[in-house]
Amino acid sequence: MPPPAHGTPRVPDWTSLARGRRVRPLEWLAERVLMALAFTALVVICLIFLFVGREAWPIFAGRVDSSLARELQDVIPPEDLDKTPPERLRLYLGLTREQFAAMDRDTLRELMEVRIEAREQIPDDKDALLNTVRWRYLIGPHQWTGYDRPVYIWQPVSAIHKYNLVPLVVGSLKATLVALAFAVPLALAAAIYVSQLANPRAREWLKPGIELLAGIPSVVLGFFALIVLATLMQRLFGYPSRLNALVAGVALGLAVIPVVFSVAEDALTSVPRSYAEAALALGSTRWQAAWQIVLPAALPGVFAAVVLGFGRAIGETMIVLMASGNASILSWNPLDSVRTLTATIAAELAETVVGGHHYRMLFVIGVLLFAVTFLSNLAGEWFIHRLRARLEGQR
Amino acid sequence: MNPAPTARLRGELTTRHREPVSFFCTGLTGLATLLILAMLGLILANIAWHGAGSLSPRFIFGSADRDMFDPAKAAVGPMVFGTAARVILMTLFVIPIGVSTAIYLTEYARGTSWWTRGLRSAVNNLAGVPSIVFGLFGLGFFVSAVGGSLDALIYPGNPKPVWGKPALIWASLTLAVMTLPVVIVATEEALRAIPVGLREASLALGATKWQTVVRVVLPQALPGILTGGILAVSRAAGEVAPILFTGVAYYMASLPRSLTDQFMDLAYHVFVLSTQAPDVDKSRPILYGTVVVLLLLTFALNVVAILIRARVRRRLRQLG
Repeated sequence: MPPPAHGTPRVPDWTSLARGRRVRPLEWLAERVLMALAFTALVVICLIFLFVGREAWPIFAGRVDSSLARELQDVIPPEDLDKTPPERLRLYLGLTREQFAAMDRDTLRELMEVRIEAREQIPDDKDALLNTVRWRYLIGPHQWTGYDRPVYIWQPVSAIHKYNLVPLVVGSLKATLVALAFAVPLALAAAIYVSQLANPRAREWLKPGIELLAGIPSVVLGFFALIVLATLMQRLFGYPSRLNALVAGVALGLAVIPVVFSVAEDALTSVPRSYAEAALALGSTRWQAAWQIVLPAALPGVFAAVVLGFGRAIGETMIVLMASGNASILSWNPLDSVRTLTATIAAELAETVVGGHHYRMLFVIGVLLFAVTFLSNLAGEWFIHRLRARLEGQR
Repeated sequence: MNPAPTARLRGELTTRHREPVSFFCTGLTGLATLLILAMLGLILANIAWHGAGSLSPRFIFGSADRDMFDPAKAAVGPMVFGTAARVILMTLFVIPIGVSTAIYLTEYARGTSWWTRGLRSAVNNLAGVPSIVFGLFGLGFFVSAVGGSLDALIYPGNPKPVWGKPALIWASLTLAVMTLPVVIVATEEALRAIPVGLREASLALGATKWQTVVRVVLPQALPGILTGGILAVSRAAGEVAPILFTGVAYYMASLPRSLTDQFMDLAYHVFVLSTQAPDVDKSRPILYGTVVVLLLLTFALNVVAILIRARVRRRLRQLG
């Protein structure tokens, strides 16, 4: 759904009309309830911003230490198995509730012994002392033990938790760019055709027809990409990895098309008819009027369409989770398998310990996604605002 | 808005279409439009072609077998139930809050106050938040914070969480938050489309503001509100990301019996079948069948919403 365009209210201000009339107590109450519900909506919306931020905050503030050394610092000897409260034991072993419930005493005891052994090996690995959630390791490359050069790696479940965000960001951008490269030309061309060139009767069903694409759930598009499109495209182009940024991007493009189309179509339609009519009267063809007069006038709206399409593509989860292959390889080749920011959250959150550093890192990704979509939304709104100001100024 | 060009004008334009560059470009954009529609058609045709065969009352309503990938025994009854349950529950939360907020915004709040503008831009931004972030929020807020504190309050000292785990209610609440902008925006649009003269007439006849809103404005806006509700339901029914961590279960032997139970879900089942099946070719009929059932649910609702909206727009055009 493209965000709504709230501009100048079309209803003249009647909100003050009934002030000072006779007040009935029941109606007064009903109106307060209405206000309270509206207030609830605002509170809930603010809570989202606050809550996702709150869970990620300790990482931003540098209060989390994810080094292996820190993790193994406090040790519960296996003899104390029965004395330790279960919740503390669960957190100590880094298990989810389900995993913990499924384990018997012997397995738990063994796990505790494994940890003590691991502790004895710390001095062998200098990486064990690194706090891997510091910004230096999140953004910059690092030469981990056993690597011959500095690398960007996202590998949260290995012994040394590697949380470099660069492969995920590149993966997200790659899939998004493929999607936009596929969707934007098609959607813009269709918007021009439907709003300016098609005859009004065709327009009546072309527009809802294209908008129907938005009604297909993303999990169905993901399924289609995974089962049909991936095989088809591999047979066509003959590349090695079946699931990659190209397949995911094309499927993502299908989700982006209706967004770009409906925002752009709205913008083009909002250009006063007289512009095109003046051009036609001067002897231009319909295409010339659409391309040289209407499109330039609606340009801010077209930018808005692209920006909002970008926001939709980068935040989409199920399509990329299913069709991108999910290997976090850092490369700009669209034929490599990719792992995106959204897919990482979806794939990994279930296995994390609530409050642990992996959990918090996924919330950091959430904040990042949130910031990116927030900014693209803001930019889109700004463009639409400019379009409106421009058209109203000249009318 | 846009009057159809008169017949004579149109005839003249068609002849001028023959200017080669214009002719070519017009054709190109028309082709792009057709291509998009063709892709939509191909996807739907492919799904209908492969999926229609596995549809049967037993498949749609039968109970799920533990081996979910065996075409002979598979059925999606519990998933249909789970999806319906979470969506209906969501409607109970989102419609009252969304509609009240929209009524407040259009009928009561002054358009220029900081808090109205704040509320509006918050709603706008909420519409752009990725669905997976709602999943994060649902887990962090509803499941851990709200559920956790409910547990601590009601069952202190009980190590087994009752509320503080993924559950039907938390999934529904998460979806309700996600679809809030859909309902608010649709309702607002419906309310704004009603001519202010109707309100003034009602007030002039001595009705109070509340009476005007409830008896004059709301009945007129009802189809628009309905459209918003249907779109919200259709969008929520197909979403997987927000419920991944807040309530959906991979397999459950029985239907959810209380709000704190987990549930199986149709959209999530499409994900499970396409990514976890041991033999994709063997389970393909169930996969396609499940997709058809899901599409029947979401897509049909969408078509209904589009039809209602078209009708309302036409009627309002006559009214205004």
